[in-house]
Amino acid sequence: MDGNANKITVICGHYGCGKTNLALNLALESAREKKTAIVDMDIVNPYFRTSEYGALLADAGIRLISPVTANTTLDTPVLPPELNSIFIPSGTNILIDAGGDDAGITALATVSDKLASTGYEMLYVINRYRILSQTPEEAAELLREIEGASRLKACGIVNNSHLGVETTFDTVEASLPFAEETAKLLNLPLLCNTIPDFAVGARTPKSDMKIVKRLVKFPWEDCS
Amino acid sequence: MGMEKMKVLMKGNEALAEAAIQAGCHHFFGYPITPQTELAAYMAKRMPKIGGVYLQAESEIAAVNMVLGASAAGIRAMTSSSSPGISLKAEGISYMAGSDLPALIINVQRGGPGLGGIQPGQADYYQATKATGHGDFHILVYAPSTVQEMVDLVSVAFDNADKYRMPAMILADGMLGQMMEPVELPAERKTAQIEKPWAASGHQNKREHNVVNSLYLKPEVLEEKVVERFKRYDEIKKNEQRAEEYLTDDAEVILVAYGASSRVARSAVNKARESGIKAGLLRPISLWPFPVEAVRKAADTAKNLLTVEMSMGQMVDDVRLAVEGKAPVHFYGRTGGMIPTPEAVTEEIIKITEGK
Repeated sequence: MDGNANKITVICGHYGCGKTNLALNLALESAREKKTAIVDMDIVNPYFRTSEYGALLADAGIRLISPVTANTTLDTPVLPPELNSIFIPSGTNILIDAGGDDAGITALATVSDKLASTGYEMLYVINRYRILSQTPEEAAELLREIEGASRLKACGIVNNSHLGVETTFDTVEASLPFAEETAKLLNLPLLCNTIPDFAVGARTPKSDMKIVKRLVKFPWEDCS
Repeated sequence: MGMEKMKVLMKGNEALAEAAIQAGCHHFFGYPITPQTELAAYMAKRMPKIGGVYLQAESEIAAVNMVLGASAAGIRAMTSSSSPGISLKAEGISYMAGSDLPALIINVQRGGPGLGGIQPGQADYYQATKATGHGDFHILVYAPSTVQEMVDLVSVAFDNADKYRMPAMILADGMLGQMMEPVELPAERKTAQIEKPWAASGHQNKREHNVVNSLYLKPEVLEEKVVERFKRYDEIKKNEQRAEEYLTDDAEVILVAYGASSRVARSAVNKARESGIKAGLLRPISLWPFPVEAVRKAADTAKNLLTVEMSMGQMVDDVRLAVEGKAPVHFYGRTGGMIPTPEAVTEEIIKITEGK
């Protein structure tokens, strides 16, 4: 592969499973080593979206590509015009934070041909505690809907099972059978199980656990 | 995989919907509007699976009148919307109040007036508690502050609406509707809802036919009807006031806030306590009836009260009425979709204690 080629990763999943928080974590991690950009492709929900984290991303030197109407009161599904720039080779790691469900990712289908020719990885994010996608069967069916709507194929699963601020080590551990079962049903590799840093406590994270920070917060939470 | 008693992660909007289903509401009539739409979308997914009715009407006005019709037939029914949509539903709510009909109306408030914005607001307090439509009437108004409380208050609202034969509202806001928190869902209720002998559900030649109506041709009769209703309201004021107190016992400054702004106020109280200021929070849970007793009690001990709202100051009027001049009532608010920050509220607390 051309050394200047971009590496494109699409983050998809049920809305509310924690895609944005995961995308922000992956972007910050990537930015430590490589030029990084993040695309806010959530044009169906005006709350809790990547575009709200502009300052955090700017501080880390991450380029934010977001719809022109993001963070305004205009509830209009308009794609970011800069979206096409992700296909210009610039040696950048590009994370695409898709909207939730099949409805949220439909917009990405407009560039599915280009993604296919450039090459991409799509990660399917699952959360055992998220209502309506709690069983391996529901989670598997949802990915089929997402793949159908986006005309893209997932290459692996990220188990992002959590209960917000109430997440503990046990919360994550109890989700492992669900994650493994979902992976088996979909015939996809389970890439990792995320665990929020505050939930690790005195326990030793397992080798397949990925420690993440809680970046998507409520306005009344401590912003430190 | 055992799902019993396991907590789940839900958006406020989804939690309101699921709680309504669990409370035996199988009839939903709605019309989409941000930031409430997930509620209707959730109902659209769930209702067909349980043999219920989800109907997206042609307008808010049609939806609320479908609720009126269902309720008149003795059915537990609901609708939901956000600020501008609630204004449209006002006519139907007044008609339901005038017909002594129970129903649940959910308002996931956004910035106003007019089309306003889609970010959270609390500027519909006056509308909810004073004038949800024309005429002499009240509705029950509940203000949850967590996703769990949204679940819990839905069945309280339905039951009290039935008990007192009047509409009830859950007054939420865009932040509560959109945010996700872990919740424990109640088991589906198997117990029957109360009998509704007044319902126009078919007399089968066994009784006189029931009439559900808000039109009265003789003023004497209408006056009697309204006065009877206000006697019921007095009972409600006596029995249904709800509020939560947080660190109020020794508090010199007591914040009064509901819904999302009470979450901010709670953080500010904690910050103030860290710097040695005795602050507390009084959180009205029922907005109508307003928790007059709890607020009055707060004014007995606190030197100052501070009302925090996502509006230019609406609930603060009720706080002042309850306090009866016994303590100064200050106000801090943001509006237009802005949420107060814990830092700004803490600064207000400091200013008040320093007497500035």
